[in-house]
Amino acid sequence: MTTTTDVDFRTRLQDWIPKLVLSPSLAAMLVFVYGFIIYTVYLSFTDSKMLPSYDLVGMENYTKLFALSAWTTAIINLAIFATLYIVICTVIGLTLAVFLDQKIRGEGFLRPIYLYPMALSFIVTGTAWKWFLDPGIGLEHTMHLWGWESFSFNWIKDRDMAIYTVVIAAVWQTSGFVMAMFLAGLRGIDNEILKAAQIDGASNWQLYRRIVIPLLRPAFLSAFVILSHLAIKSYDLVIALTGGGPGRATELPATFMYSYTFTRNSMGIGAASAVIMLMTIAAIMVPYLYAELKEKGQ
Amino acid sequence: MKQMSIATALILGMVASPVLAEPTVEVMHFWTSGGEAAALSAVRDKVVANGVAWADAPVAGGGGDAAKTALQARIASGNPPAAMLMLGQNIIDWANEGLLGNVDALAAAEGWDAVLPQAVKDFTKVGGHYVSVPTNVHRTDVIWASKAAFDAIGAPYPTTWEELNALAPKFVAAGIIPLAHGGQPWQEAYMFEAVAMGIGGADFYRKALVDLDDATLRGETMVTVFTELATLRDMIDENAAGRDWNLATAMVINGEAAMQIMGDWAKGEFTNAGKVPGDDFACIPVPKANGQAGFVYLVNSLSLFTQTDPEAIHAQEVLASAIMDPQVQIDFNLAKGAIPARMDVDMSALDACAQSTAADLATADAAGTAVPTFAGTHAANAAVVGAATDAITEFFNSDMTATDGAATLADAIMAAK
Repeated sequence: MTTTTDVDFRTRLQDWIPKLVLSPSLAAMLVFVYGFIIYTVYLSFTDSKMLPSYDLVGMENYTKLFALSAWTTAIINLAIFATLYIVICTVIGLTLAVFLDQKIRGEGFLRPIYLYPMALSFIVTGTAWKWFLDPGIGLEHTMHLWGWESFSFNWIKDRDMAIYTVVIAAVWQTSGFVMAMFLAGLRGIDNEILKAAQIDGASNWQLYRRIVIPLLRPAFLSAFVILSHLAIKSYDLVIALTGGGPGRATELPATFMYSYTFTRNSMGIGAASAVIMLMTIAAIMVPYLYAELKEKGQ
Repeated sequence: MKQMSIATALILGMVASPVLAEPTVEVMHFWTSGGEAAALSAVRDKVVANGVAWADAPVAGGGGDAAKTALQARIASGNPPAAMLMLGQNIIDWANEGLLGNVDALAAAEGWDAVLPQAVKDFTKVGGHYVSVPTNVHRTDVIWASKAAFDAIGAPYPTTWEELNALAPKFVAAGIIPLAHGGQPWQEAYMFEAVAMGIGGADFYRKALVDLDDATLRGETMVTVFTELATLRDMIDENAAGRDWNLATAMVINGEAAMQIMGDWAKGEFTNAGKVPGDDFACIPVPKANGQAGFVYLVNSLSLFTQTDPEAIHAQEVLASAIMDPQVQIDFNLAKGAIPARMDVDMSALDACAQSTAADLATADAAGTAVPTFAGTHAANAAVVGAATDAITEFFNSDMTATDGAATLADAIMAAK
């Protein structure tokens, strides 16, 4: 009799412990993530200036936000940056992973070299690339010293091209990480399938196009999710690399949000821009995640 | 067990800190560079000598933006510091939020009204109360000129905008960059206000940038201001974008560039490099319309948050009195490179630049031609200045026409007002 209650208690404990252990972090998450999301949404409908205020003003902040040319610039910059960043990182990451997966010698030596930039913070990356790209001290200057006088690369000082330098620095930082994700995916593919295909006479190209890349779908999903949220919340890289300049040419929604909320005493507009950013992420991610996960469920 | 006792000690420490035996004054600021920290220690020494402990709360970076964010967080959690370094309209905003206390009794006893210029009182005495205590006054409409560069072309320092504009080709011919510039939005805003004051004069400046009058902002004088800005934008080198202000100053120091338009905090860079005003460089006010005595000022002051504990109130008064002490004002500004907020102190210890700045402020204050800085959010609030800065930097970094520039500025200011 006693043994059964004992077992009962143990199973019940085993049942409860995970929930018990998870609950503090769940509570913290509810308050600090979802609670503050709701708070921000609420603030975006108020006339908050320097401090939060609770007087509702309807859609006024959103109207003002979309009338601001700085916001339009930020949105366009984000579109350019995010598209190029995600596409280039994925392509470079996949290419590197495929090449590294050819059972080459010294893989253990090469892999960390590509992965290492990820160990740096975006501030370090931004500062290093700022110096490297500065025509006065960096690449252009060095080329001139080496005698290539006509060499010119002043994108970082050019208001039309500066956003692409942000892409370059960000791609440099993250490609290696994407490579690692794809490499893990490649290692997870069953060799039997590949051998079977080879026996059937598939060429290397067909092998990758028809079998490997489709099998890498989960890795693509992870890469996309990670890269797109990195792109939308990009803040430190821009601050370190260009400071949002020349002028306001490389302003992104995150830098816009910070400056309006905290330095320009326009918390209402800042909150509205944060809500738009959240909705942008949701609009991209939710359908994608939904489609991917639903397929898995079937 | 050991961990437990550390945790207990930490909790006890947190609870116990407000009731230390010695009265403490916590000062939050963003003066973290060498000269600034040395300046603040002049105040701290005086406070400590008067038996009040000094709790330093520096928040580095961002020209005070980071400190402001930290302050907002502390206000939101109901734990403001005793005193906080803040600028211009922010003081008025915080006072209007009802969060600032005052030291009126002390000010009356020490006769502050008589020794502070009106310009300073405008930003420390809000609604008749001294909510903030001024440490120093900066001048923002200054041209820093390299003597070596001017000697190289054999030209005197400019006294009109026409003279200044005519110098540019000569400097270029001599292989010198006419204007050292740091291409960051806030620096372009300071340059704009210096040009606006120089070309338009005090009345125009007040009407356009303090009263934010739409017609004046779109008017002919403003177009002339933007025309001059366009001329200046052709005098800078192509690597200016994103450059820090002190690197631009360094270009003037080593003679690579001839001039920089910047506030008088730039002087610290010259003196730290061992340069002597007059011998190596000159600080000349930007040319003024009709030779009028104009002055664009920026007041630094520590604002006082309301205290309830009598001991904390006492500590705050000790701080305020220390800041206003004539000797502290001198020591502070010797290190900071600005001029004392008090007009009655002996300025002879200061360098030639600071002495002429102090004399100019006295003249301009009496004539009513001292105007508050726009870029430093004295003339208008942060939202307006931010929007205007966007417009100015947009103009400065493109080939927009002067008429469009003035219209963009007016639109931006009207939208943010």
